[in-house]
Amino acid sequence: MEALLSFISQHQQMIYIVILMVFVGIEVIGRVPAVLHTPLMSGANAIHGVVIIGAIIVMGQAAKDNYPALVLGFLAVILGTLNVVGGFVVTDRMLEMFKGNKNSKNQKTRTK
Amino acid sequence: MAAILTIIYLLASITFIIGLKMLAHPARARRGNLIAAAGMAAAIAGTIFLYKDEEGNFLQNYTWIFGGLIIGGIAGTVAARKVKMTAMPEMVSIFNGMGGACAALISVVEFGHLMDGLQSVPGLTAIDITFQAGLRQQLLIILAGLVIGSISFAGSMIAWGKLNGKIRDFIFTGQHIFNIVLLLVIFFMALYLVGWLPASGVLLFYIILGLSLLYGVFFVMPIGGADMPVVISLLNSFTGVAAACGGFLYNNKAMLTGGILVGAAGTLLTILMCKAMNRSLLNVLIGSFGTGHKGAAGAKAEGGAAYKEISLSDAAMVMNYAHKVIIVPGYGLAVAQAQHTCHELEKLLESKGVEVTYAIHPVAGRMPGHMNVLLAEADVSYDKLQEMEQANNDFPSTDVVLILGANDVVNPAAKNDPASPIYGMPILDVELAKTVIVNKRSMKPGYAGIENDLFFQPKASMLFGDAKKVLQDLISELKEL
Repeated sequence: MEALLSFISQHQQMIYIVILMVFVGIEVIGRVPAVLHTPLMSGANAIHGVVIIGAIIVMGQAAKDNYPALVLGFLAVILGTLNVVGGFVVTDRMLEMFKGNKNSKNQKTRTK
Repeated sequence: MAAILTIIYLLASITFIIGLKMLAHPARARRGNLIAAAGMAAAIAGTIFLYKDEEGNFLQNYTWIFGGLIIGGIAGTVAARKVKMTAMPEMVSIFNGMGGACAALISVVEFGHLMDGLQSVPGLTAIDITFQAGLRQQLLIILAGLVIGSISFAGSMIAWGKLNGKIRDFIFTGQHIFNIVLLLVIFFMALYLVGWLPASGVLLFYIILGLSLLYGVFFVMPIGGADMPVVISLLNSFTGVAAACGGFLYNNKAMLTGGILVGAAGTLLTILMCKAMNRSLLNVLIGSFGTGHKGAAGAKAEGGAAYKEISLSDAAMVMNYAHKVIIVPGYGLAVAQAQHTCHELEKLLESKGVEVTYAIHPVAGRMPGHMNVLLAEADVSYDKLQEMEQANNDFPSTDVVLILGANDVVNPAAKNDPASPIYGMPILDVELAKTVIVNKRSMKPGYAGIENDLFFQPKASMLFGDAKKVLQDLISELKEL
């Protein structure tokens, strides 16, 4: 319990960010048309690829003779990159399909 | 120098928020995606070159880091470029799983560091209180990242297998109770590990890892294949939270913002997807596509109901003399890659003075928006696509409804049969039209595994075959008329 309390007081700033981001996340996609559910999910998928930063730090801090850490860190960097790069490219490909006849599209969103 | 990195992270966080915001609007979605990607690239580059640990050392092992980035980058780009439109959901699921696995691996390595640090202290009891508190906090975050990341990874892999048909639905009696117990065991083990810091900590840590993976598998297993998009969306938000754990661990605001943002947006998106199917999230997760329903529906079909077939030339004739045709696309169209042929048929009919529109059910295909993307690829004009409500108003004045590989979204059981697993889902009321032509590959039930009474109605006639082939034949028949 005391661990939890000190955790909260020490990470005050972070906890504020968490709470605010929950609201921002909900607010930002509040009125998404069903058409965009899939690309939005895919885009969000790419954004949580930000975990790659952690993987890079792990990799960069591994001691040169600590082979398990090196190997696991290397794997983490590969997987994280896959998430980021693959995620953004797939999303772009999906959205590529929407290009052209932009005017009718705008009309569509307005009539919703 | 450290200030520059802080600013980079700040900018990256802003691009994530703006990017996500723009992704929710059709006209700006693509730019939004690129903005978020640019922010991500900056954050990655900044981390590599500017990150310093508490003692002020730069990162090392650049060869490994760049090696990993290059391998992952090339593999990711190739996979994402080569994947067919129909397989997009699977791809998203895999990438999501990779993110989850990445978060879990970070936890494994950081736990190793923590244990090394512990061994250098003489005797556990001698550790002073403040050190212990700090240790517990770190351990808590590491475990959270481990558990959530592993569940997301294992679950995503199962979801991927289910979407491409490699893994079948699997459920045993009491599985839900088993799942809850499993989750509780994981929770209490983690609590014990953090609270008591037992000497067997390392072993316990790996048991928790194993059980979390197992939970991920059993979590997704009982859920019907048709509900996979919802599950992927949910696991997506899990991975977001796992990434946020990394934010706590490294006191990194960009990871925290990105992770929590996706966690929150992903959860809301999941709920929106469920709403589109008129079901609750709980209902989806419990996996209502049980075996009991299947038996009942199957027996009814065997009760001698007969369907009738229609020949290609008759179908072409009916459509040729119709005033209004509505096409209902489904997963079958996507599988056959028939969107271009479909557009051709539409143009041909229009040139003969027939009014043609498309009725898009919110969950047609295997993902919401799947059909819109597919038809947009074939240059079908956006205003020809009608949403469900609009289409349902139009069906009574429609002469011919052509159903291309859709099944559950036109199943009247959703309205009439309370025992049906899809009962309550809004459907396209195609039976209001004068004639219904159904193109399917066979009489096999749809993805939800249930019979469709529509096919046995006198108004409906079946046109068996691969959607693309049938459409091509229809076009040549129409041209001869």
